[in-house]
Amino acid sequence: MSLAAPIISPARPGRSGETLIGKSVPRLEDDALLRGQGRYVDDIHLPGMLQAAFVRSPHAHAAIRRIDASAALAMPGVRAVYTSEDFSPHLVTDRLVVGLPSSHYKQDHHRQVLAADETVHVGEPVAIVLADSRYLAEDAAMMVEVEFDPLPAVSDCRAALAREAPLVHRESPHNLLAEFDMTYGDTARVFAEAKHVFRESFWQHRGGSHSIECRGCVARHDAMEDRTTLWTSTQMPHAAMRVICEILGLHERQIRVVMPDVGGGFGPKLVTYPEEVCVTLAARLCGHPVKWIEDRREHFIATTQERDQYWETEIAVDDEGHVLGIRGDIVHDHGAYTARGINLAHNSAENVPLGYEVPNYAMHVKVVLTNKVPVTPVRGAGHPQGTFVMERLLDRVARELGLDRAEVRRRNMIAADRMPYRTQLKARGGQWVTLDSGDFPGCMAEALERADWAGFPARQAKALAEGRYLGIGVSNFVKGTGRGPFESVTVRIGPSGKVQVLAGAAAIGQGTRTMLSQVVAEQLGRDLSNITVTTGDTDATVMGLGASNSRQTVVAGSSAHVAAQTVRAKVLKVAATLLKAAEAELEIVGAEVLVNGQPARRIALGSIARALAGTAGYTLPGGVAPGLEATEQVIIDDMAFSNGTAVVELEVDAETGGVHFHRLVFVHDAGRMLNPMIVDGQLAGGIAHGIGNALFEWMGYDENAQPVTTNLGEYLLVTSTEMPRMELFHRETPTPINPLGVKGVGECGVIPMTPAIMSALEDALSPFDVRINQTPISPAQLYALIAANAKP
Amino acid sequence: MDASTDNTTRRRIALTVNGRTVEAEVEVRHTLADFLRHQLELTGTHLGCEHGVCGACTVLVDGRSTRGCLMLAVQANGCTVTTVEGLAAADGTLHPLQQAFKDHHGLQCGFCTPGMLTTLVELLADNPQPAEHEVRVAISGNLCRCTGYQAIVDATLAAARAMQAPGAAQRPVEAPVLPAARAAR
Repeated sequence: MSLAAPIISPARPGRSGETLIGKSVPRLEDDALLRGQGRYVDDIHLPGMLQAAFVRSPHAHAAIRRIDASAALAMPGVRAVYTSEDFSPHLVTDRLVVGLPSSHYKQDHHRQVLAADETVHVGEPVAIVLADSRYLAEDAAMMVEVEFDPLPAVSDCRAALAREAPLVHRESPHNLLAEFDMTYGDTARVFAEAKHVFRESFWQHRGGSHSIECRGCVARHDAMEDRTTLWTSTQMPHAAMRVICEILGLHERQIRVVMPDVGGGFGPKLVTYPEEVCVTLAARLCGHPVKWIEDRREHFIATTQERDQYWETEIAVDDEGHVLGIRGDIVHDHGAYTARGINLAHNSAENVPLGYEVPNYAMHVKVVLTNKVPVTPVRGAGHPQGTFVMERLLDRVARELGLDRAEVRRRNMIAADRMPYRTQLKARGGQWVTLDSGDFPGCMAEALERADWAGFPARQAKALAEGRYLGIGVSNFVKGTGRGPFESVTVRIGPSGKVQVLAGAAAIGQGTRTMLSQVVAEQLGRDLSNITVTTGDTDATVMGLGASNSRQTVVAGSSAHVAAQTVRAKVLKVAATLLKAAEAELEIVGAEVLVNGQPARRIALGSIARALAGTAGYTLPGGVAPGLEATEQVIIDDMAFSNGTAVVELEVDAETGGVHFHRLVFVHDAGRMLNPMIVDGQLAGGIAHGIGNALFEWMGYDENAQPVTTNLGEYLLVTSTEMPRMELFHRETPTPINPLGVKGVGECGVIPMTPAIMSALEDALSPFDVRINQTPISPAQLYALIAANAKP
Repeated sequence: MDASTDNTTRRRIALTVNGRTVEAEVEVRHTLADFLRHQLELTGTHLGCEHGVCGACTVLVDGRSTRGCLMLAVQANGCTVTTVEGLAAADGTLHPLQQAFKDHHGLQCGFCTPGMLTTLVELLADNPQPAEHEVRVAISGNLCRCTGYQAIVDATLAAARAMQAPGAAQRPVEAPVLPAARAAR
């Protein structure tokens, strides 16, 4: 399926067999998972383990007057109920202080370990109940009496900015959490002088992550060592360890955080949650292991999500459709607390002009508190919203100027020969945003050709003659991936001869183990079965940043590559001494080093490791340092930018608003691909998520901030029958900014889907002159737009 | 009253699970999925929503795909239950569907996979050569957040071909129990 020739590492001396880089090797994770032998957090059974259930606020905003757990404690099988009052003597601080740094905050609102005297969203934990079974714990949680005094709540983030709006936190001065401008050039001048200025308003909504495995954790305290182990379904075990140590006043050896198999992450599991702190502390207090498994309703009300952004935008263009400037305002729903930062709104504003020449830009952003569960990244992390705005504005320009939608894009895209292209934007860490590589116009051209864009008007006209409404839409995207500064990887060979890879990376289903194994095995014998990988364990690596921002292959892959090269060099140097051969004659084959052409002269990797473990009184061979291992943290501050183009052809049933896809062509460039099969899988999952964001997923709240979609019957995820067959094509422009040439791909599929689909829907419904300035759009909403414009 | 002997809260059941006869005392309100996971420690069956939508907990009960979260353990008394742990051959050889999932990248995080596999075992027993659309309909009650379903569909079609190929091992894919047989129990 690939047009570009796959980039295979050139044959290098000292390597036998075929390269593993660029090969779709089957995943090493799969065998256990297929047999039902995975070990997810709820599969952990420990002797004497108690089960936890949380008492949660049913109110969007309330004062807590009194908590009475006596009835719950009297129930058979109930072992303990802890409230904020019970926990507070054991806490250094009762808040989870986790927000990413920024100078734009106007106020800080950190989550409570357990709500003490005020609760600010439905689902906020108020007490934890421990019992002999989950059934009993849930029964008892219903019996904990909490006297709430309801307070006025804020649901809509725009209304929250009104002077008379209720306060999300009763003690805060207003509901504006943060405010900032992302600005360059002179928009005031170009908008005053421009021949054409078009204005658009957008509502953009994204829902939850809805990994099929909800959250959950198990804590076991070892009183002998005064050490607690927390197994948790997280994307960031090291961050969880740090937060828990800070809150409980412990040092880093007293908390170990381990990720078991994780049944999907998609963003919200990068957050450290109050429940993880509560379960850890409960296990330390009660003397039993404690397990808490989130149910799906809790996932809707207590796991972070993305939600609403309201955009007011203007674009200025010349007669040929060249963009002169873009400006606007964003109001971003932040929820009740800062559980990650203001990075989502930053990403959205930053993403708008990324793939195009936009000489002047001014976006004013307000990040606003509401009485809802906090907002943090979901796959895409604000970038889809920025892409949506840019692509919808370009569609508007095309319509107003009578140009083809693809042609308007072509006139404004950053040309391939301008790479690397330093934009006038700054990333959240203050560094300039520089597009490292890529051929954006070439990518779009390929997508248009493969989707037969040029032939579509004939297809559309033929269908229309039959009374059917066909539309086609296109969207480009550019996405920064592989956020640094580093990931930590140790490659170690012990006397067993097994190559151990210990990584601060976090495996959440993306194939991280396979990826790291391919990278390391490429240097050390090319035998995947000789590699063991440990990820997501704070005991295995001191530092780790975990899974987010499509970063694992870029940052962990790069560190693994360099660490494996270092170990390889040492293996060859010592083997040369021990085998009395020249290094150039050696090759590593499986778990042995062989002298070329002389199979009798060989030494096992384990023997080299044993020699380097030292023998009392004897010098080390080869004059090298002890041990056969290397730890690397390759520092990569800049992002590697992936790009792509989606073309969607669909049909709308004008009598029902139903949408049926005909074709979906997706051409992307994620740099060099280590495992094309896994790249396909990441793209496909992202595309499905993007289709959900366009047509299905809506996390609803009423005017009192009560959630109204709290099960998977009310909140719709895309299913197999709605999904079109995806036609995926790869281009490989290696990035120069990391040693593997790789870019991230985990979030890429999702990003162009909402604008491509809305563009296609408007095109299909052009006889009705329908305009769509929102996402998602339901069949009923689409039908209403059709009916409003249907000619009598 | 001692709850452990109270017939209204606990019952003894006997059933066949993955070819093994199991007798156990269960709480009457425990779901089949919780019984399999926590009492029999067959943790391959996963719970994704516990309200019958996501399909991760799907097991075969007398050959028919069944939501383990919507059925009580006591209702499985006398039934034959197959979970994901029961799909591979006794010698460990993967079921053709399992093998095809591996070959076609039909799984990522693996959490929905057991329910997908059991649902598709039933499909291929009923319809050994399904069309793509029939595969999609069969798994339309199983949510997957990772794959976009396409690789699962492709894997299923490949497994169907493999199972039809001359020389393919005759696997005892569980035949549905006829209504008469069910009534006789």
